[in-house]
Amino acid sequence: MNPLIVSGSPHIHGEMTIKSIMWGVVIALLPAWLAGVWFFGIAAVIVTLVSIASCVLFEFLIQKFVLKQETTINDGSAVVTGLLLAMNVPSSLPWWQVVIGSLVAIGIVKMAFGGLGKNLFNPALVARVFLLISFPVAMTTWPLPIESRANVFNFDGVTGPTPLGSLKTQLAMGQTLAQIKLPSYTDLFWGNIGGSLGEVSAIALIIGGIYLLYRKIITWHIPVSYILTAFIFSGILWLVNPNRYADPIFHILAGGLLIGAIFMATDLVTSPMTAWGKIIFGIGCGVLTIVIRVFGAYPEGVSFAILIMNAFVPLIDRAFKPKRFGEVK
Amino acid sequence: MLKTFQKGGVHPHENKLSANKPIQPIDPPAKIFIPLSQSLGAPSKPVVKKGDEVKAGDILAIGEAFISSNIHSPVSGKIEKIDDYFDVSGYRKPAIFIEVTGREWNESVDLSDELKEDIILDGASIIQKVKELGIVGLGGATFPTHVKLMVPQGKKAELLIINGVECEPYLTSDHRLMLEKPREIITGTRILMKALGVTKAIIGIENNKPDAINLLSKHASSYPGIEVCALKVKYPQGGEKQLIQALTGREVPSGKLPIEVGCIVQNVGTTFAVYQAIQKNKPLVERVVTVTGTNVLNPSNFLVKIGTPVSVLLGKAGWQPEKAGKVIAGGPMMGKALLNVEVPIVKGTSGILVLNREESFRPKVQPCIRCAKCVSACPMGLEPYYLARVSELEKYDLAENGAILDCIECGSCQYICPSARPLLDHIRLGKLKVNEIIRSRNQ
Repeated sequence: MNPLIVSGSPHIHGEMTIKSIMWGVVIALLPAWLAGVWFFGIAAVIVTLVSIASCVLFEFLIQKFVLKQETTINDGSAVVTGLLLAMNVPSSLPWWQVVIGSLVAIGIVKMAFGGLGKNLFNPALVARVFLLISFPVAMTTWPLPIESRANVFNFDGVTGPTPLGSLKTQLAMGQTLAQIKLPSYTDLFWGNIGGSLGEVSAIALIIGGIYLLYRKIITWHIPVSYILTAFIFSGILWLVNPNRYADPIFHILAGGLLIGAIFMATDLVTSPMTAWGKIIFGIGCGVLTIVIRVFGAYPEGVSFAILIMNAFVPLIDRAFKPKRFGEVK
Repeated sequence: MLKTFQKGGVHPHENKLSANKPIQPIDPPAKIFIPLSQSLGAPSKPVVKKGDEVKAGDILAIGEAFISSNIHSPVSGKIEKIDDYFDVSGYRKPAIFIEVTGREWNESVDLSDELKEDIILDGASIIQKVKELGIVGLGGATFPTHVKLMVPQGKKAELLIINGVECEPYLTSDHRLMLEKPREIITGTRILMKALGVTKAIIGIENNKPDAINLLSKHASSYPGIEVCALKVKYPQGGEKQLIQALTGREVPSGKLPIEVGCIVQNVGTTFAVYQAIQKNKPLVERVVTVTGTNVLNPSNFLVKIGTPVSVLLGKAGWQPEKAGKVIAGGPMMGKALLNVEVPIVKGTSGILVLNREESFRPKVQPCIRCAKCVSACPMGLEPYYLARVSELEKYDLAENGAILDCIECGSCQYICPSARPLLDHIRLGKLKVNEIIRSRNQ
């Protein structure tokens, strides 16, 4: 008889693994990604492939030659980072800028902090902000949805502002909301608007979010508190002055709020651990997003809002503990 | 909506392979040994010596300390020696070794199968007899039952809870007992109610045992004070505090016993043992043990004499030693992995689970990705990732402040962890250290 194996309990393990979580996120992102490909054509596919390949490659190279440790590219986390980065940039972004973004995400934000699970900030978002500051023109040149299916393979499509972009510039020119032509709710809902390749289709993002909840990869706390806060805050502003401030439904559907609330703010590594912590985190993201959109210099505030709240996560984790069973006050 | 506890919990595959196997008595081998430490608390003191002849049911050792218990001989035979053996964890522990010569019982024990429902003894005599006949909690914790029945000054018991949850995967010994001895269990419940002076009892059973729920409900119907309650299947519902909350909504305060909220919890196996002690004068010398796992050809429920080596049970159930990787005393969530199979069945052994080699290794440990699954799975509302981390860093003051001593070691956190981190290993160590620190602080 073989010697018996001895270890502490429990002796069985649940089915969930890092791999199953990461591939679950990829599956959840697929509807929104497919919507991006539908609206922006083959360019979206190229950006995505470059982003994923370079993220995985950088992780492999850094682990092999710099850190000299076992490679972890099989766990799927670099694929998720690559996919998220691609979905947060315009599909017209030059490939070499995508590669630089991947290097920032994997090399600086993830590996320099100790690899998977150790990073304080969301890698894809830091990379996006890095690119925005480094290449402001390329990062704010938004391809518009292709008019004709014949143009799917066309790389030089028509560009134009995002809904939030037109809102910002035209308000700055002194126009009232009634004078500004914004896309219809239907277009916002389906994604027939300019924007980052993965952020445009509200319905596709919501389907992905429901899948994440169903698989129990995320909980409802962050998306719901984020979206609700943004809705209430922008709603109050709109009620105060509907000529100056866009209505709350527009704020929810336009820009990166849904991809941010469902996929970026819920990043497991960079969000709080407890239910109340997550709710506070979501409220913070919601408030900051609207503050930046309405009062800030940038038309969009989702990336900055989430990154700022990422920095608060250690404090939130310390301040918001779960309610213990039978806790004696 | 079925009742259950509120916070955390997990739902592992139930794998109740032996649920349809009737309880089958098995004979002890020619030599057995009875460990002197069979309940929580101090080891018992032997009252026999080498060369003595004993009958089944004779007393072997007495529990002198407040928390300790009496031990009786499960067989008739001759005391071979009182010596150390290696226990499940590989520690030397004293035991009484007996050469089995026959099956002769002490004359005072009623061996008939006849059901005796009339309770003659009064409360105090019941508790005294439970103590004399060595009844301990058979759910696994082996807390001496008579101590649990003595309600401390100033506290009042109002509700007896009978734990028929059996939330551990694989185990079916309580389930079988409820199916085969329902009237004895109801009578045992009435005995415990009388001992405690309570008028109300609830038998909590998880919904994956509808046959047991129906049967016990039928037999309980003639006693208005006894209610059978079906519970949603969720681990660790068999934990005392979880079960009390599931059935009554009451939360036992941190660091306190169930009596704080007026409840006393007893396992169905214990309840049956109490019936046998009070109505049949039979000491606790045998118990039902599930032998199970995919490695075992005939998953079974055996009625086993205390002291029978695990190897005998494994042989009877047809285990495949060449494929076996782990042999576990208890269930897969809280059981203890055995170093060797020559250790005896003791009062607290509810099952023997054999895992095949390929099922026996833990998945590879990966970095924590802060998914917070452990936090939402913890039935005590703790933060397992944090407690494991500070224990690993030997920051025991932080562990104490994080209420590490509230941990019931159910293993839900480690079970659910997608990174397969050894959370409970670290927390267990942290608990030991924190307990040491508290003890030295109080000196």
